[in-house]
Amino acid sequence: MTLEIAAILGIDGVANGAIYILVAIGLVLIFTVTRVIFVPFGDIAAFTALTLAALENRQVPGTISLVIALAVIAALIEVVSLVRRGDLHAVPRALLFYLGLPLLVVALVRFGIGFELPMAARIALAILLVLPIAPLLDRIIFRPIADASVLLLLIVSVSLHFALSGLGLLFFGPEGVRTQPLTEAAFDVAGILISGQTILIVVTSVIFSIGLYLFFDYTLTGKALHATAVNRTGARLMGIRPARSGAIAYILGSLMAGTSGVLIAPVNTIFYDSGFLLGLKAFVGAIIGGLVGYPSTALGALFVGLLESFASFQSSALKEVIVFSLLIPILIWRSLASTHSEEDIEE
Amino acid sequence: MSPNHIRAAGVAAALLLLAAPYALNSFSITLMNYIGVYALVAIGLALLTGVSGIVSFGQAAFVGIAAYATAWATAVNDYSPWIGLLLAIALTCSIAAFLGLVTLKLQGHFLSLSTLAWGLAIAFLFGNIDGLGHFNGIANIPPIAIGPFELLSGTQIYYLIWVIVIAALVLAYNLLDSRVGRAMRTLRGGNLLVESLGVDAFRIKLAVFVIAALLAAISGWLYAHLGRFVSPTPFEAKMGIEYLMMAMIGGSGSPIGAVVGAALITLLKDYVQDILPLIAGGASGQLEIVAFSFLFILFLQNARNGIVPYVTRFLPKSAEAPPAPATPLPRRQQPAPGTPLLEVQDAEKRFQGLIAVNKVNFEIRAGEIVGLIGPNGAGKSTMFNLITGALRATSGQIRFAGLDVTRSAQREASRAGIARTFQHVKLRPRMSVLDNVALGAYQRTGASFLSSALRLDRAEEASARYEAWQQLERVGLADKAFEQAGNLALGQQRVLEIARALASDPVLLVLDEPAAGLRRQEKIALAELLRSLRAQHLTILLVEHDMELVMNLVDRIVVMDFGTKICEGLPADVRNDPRVQEAYLGGVS
Repeated sequence: MTLEIAAILGIDGVANGAIYILVAIGLVLIFTVTRVIFVPFGDIAAFTALTLAALENRQVPGTISLVIALAVIAALIEVVSLVRRGDLHAVPRALLFYLGLPLLVVALVRFGIGFELPMAARIALAILLVLPIAPLLDRIIFRPIADASVLLLLIVSVSLHFALSGLGLLFFGPEGVRTQPLTEAAFDVAGILISGQTILIVVTSVIFSIGLYLFFDYTLTGKALHATAVNRTGARLMGIRPARSGAIAYILGSLMAGTSGVLIAPVNTIFYDSGFLLGLKAFVGAIIGGLVGYPSTALGALFVGLLESFASFQSSALKEVIVFSLLIPILIWRSLASTHSEEDIEE
Repeated sequence: MSPNHIRAAGVAAALLLLAAPYALNSFSITLMNYIGVYALVAIGLALLTGVSGIVSFGQAAFVGIAAYATAWATAVNDYSPWIGLLLAIALTCSIAAFLGLVTLKLQGHFLSLSTLAWGLAIAFLFGNIDGLGHFNGIANIPPIAIGPFELLSGTQIYYLIWVIVIAALVLAYNLLDSRVGRAMRTLRGGNLLVESLGVDAFRIKLAVFVIAALLAAISGWLYAHLGRFVSPTPFEAKMGIEYLMMAMIGGSGSPIGAVVGAALITLLKDYVQDILPLIAGGASGQLEIVAFSFLFILFLQNARNGIVPYVTRFLPKSAEAPPAPATPLPRRQQPAPGTPLLEVQDAEKRFQGLIAVNKVNFEIRAGEIVGLIGPNGAGKSTMFNLITGALRATSGQIRFAGLDVTRSAQREASRAGIARTFQHVKLRPRMSVLDNVALGAYQRTGASFLSSALRLDRAEEASARYEAWQQLERVGLADKAFEQAGNLALGQQRVLEIARALASDPVLLVLDEPAAGLRRQEKIALAELLRSLRAQHLTILLVEHDMELVMNLVDRIVVMDFGTKICEGLPADVRNDPRVQEAYLGGVS
């Protein structure tokens, strides 16, 4: 391996890593607030890419049916549970959030398809359309078992991924998509070509990381989320509603997953099931960071991107094997580093 | 239901299985064959996940390793399928042993995530290793032959599969009803209790992990020779979660439930495959997993305990008789009263900058009750943990019965004869009181996994149960022996912990605030019990807050404050010591 190849691989790895950073930070955000290891997160990214591709071809994206179906189910569940509790006055509000807003987004997208939209508008619509999926899934799947163990939530989460990837095939079909490049610019730095796309990816992920940091440290909502993450019961006693924090976390996370989907779609061909590996690799990065801190998560995700890039140079067939095998020593190192309190373990 | 009824039901079920091929068409037999093959994996998972609490997403990878091993041996290299079986088992179990050694120290969801990781990594290997047919797989796998007789048709291999399933069931139930089975059930809910009982939790986990892999290996071998073809798809992560579904839907920790779950999922899958094309047309293949995943999620949301525990609620309860008298377990030689038993010399424990225990010295002689008291934060609990091996001293020495136990782990301390109870009661609420106490006898018995599975442990097991029964009688809980431990009142649970400690035939009994949360009557009964134990020459160290209990019960008192020992002596002297009064009441000027 010459120095030049190493540099190219390095740049490639940083670009990959930056994508993983976005997804990984979203994963960590959701995990700390809700204790759900949201495996289907990668699917959200893939769905965004597929939606964007459909919008480019002025087709109706499958996401629309998915969002409508989820919104109807979630609204039904919420209304039934409110009626059972006798909270009738809360029903209109619930209908607005669980049915009205998602349907508004759907209508907007449906309306937008009729026009020749500029790229930025298409991207905005695609991300907007994907945003409701995770919060709706949270309401349908995870809220009824919010107090279950992390382990049970993990099993549910893995099952949910398979359900989503099946739905992905149903709604988007088996064809892979590649969207139009976001920028054609390229820069020559000391003889090595760096594409504008790569720079865009890195810059976006840096902006999001910093934004999230500011959000957590300088806004009340951010602090409420942080409080829920540290201690649910305690946060509840302070008047913070964990369910609301959860919804915010899912929306914020989806924003990041959606953005990563938009960034990756022009570089890699995305299939309905591409999200699994994307999510899991981001996850490996998140675990390297200990599933807690945001800067450490970013470093972990970056490391995974670099590793993958160099591994695919050695043996492209085995790069997945290498990345996932790496998780084992990392988990061991992590479990040695973190002390578990006995009281957390439930029977 | 008596054991005879259960046996009769089992024999009837076996006969039905035996007769089934005469009543079923060939398609149904094929289904039955796959049910049996999947059931083997699910039984392993029932032991691993349901009983021992280790959630594995990776069993499909083990099935795959075995299937590919035998395919490679028989189809590529023309060896006999039996050689294939040996290779499959050897390869799968050694890989499992390696993975287990590396990952089983992980806790909770980290462990499960690691199974997801290696499951994926192994699944990717199948399609990428040269010589294994890549994504086309390996075809032309020969059928299994018993002597000259080839198991070609579905009916022929049916018997082989189900004989293996029944054997696996019998062995699994034998295992659960034994010393190691109790230890396995205790693994859920944290290591602290397990290790304090002298159980090597890691070894038990590793053994169960390898057993589950062994069952997966046999399943993979049967799978390869049943379909006569292997490709990477059936061993992907998706199948891993299906196996988990089978084990969990049947009932957590029930091997029969695993078979029921395997049958249910397989039949449902078949049914869904018939129905979905009518609804969804071409995309039905993927909709199957969608339907399944949502069903599984619904199940996890609403009925986590599974089918079999639900059904057994409606069956008549078996009458439980006290265990019959059996040969007593060997007893330890108790040291002569008055000889030094525990010597704490300059024990020191630092947590970074904080000195929790600072150069503490004291001694306990055989046959006495010593109280360790002190205000909150005095370092009593840390001292307690140093003695029982839950923590290691930074410096100093702790000698027990002439042995240096300063660096001993909990289970070594337990084997040396130190038995403990917990400030926050630790027991297994869903196990019976008798089983909870029998756990205490773990380190006095020695049956291995193999001898337990083969039921060679019966004499020893009878002794252990009888020992547990005797200890329950000794502490006055015998009438509750068959209740679930979680149903007892707190006072009774504390007494249960003492009975469990006694079942280990201890030399020194270390009690951590046994009176905390007890009502007055319960405290009096507790004091009475401890006095009677002293009368039987047991040595007791009591860490306690309740002054009345301590002053009236103990022979000597050690007082700690801010990590140091401030005084030691007879209860009356300690009560009048100004340093103690100052520690408890503030300055008396």
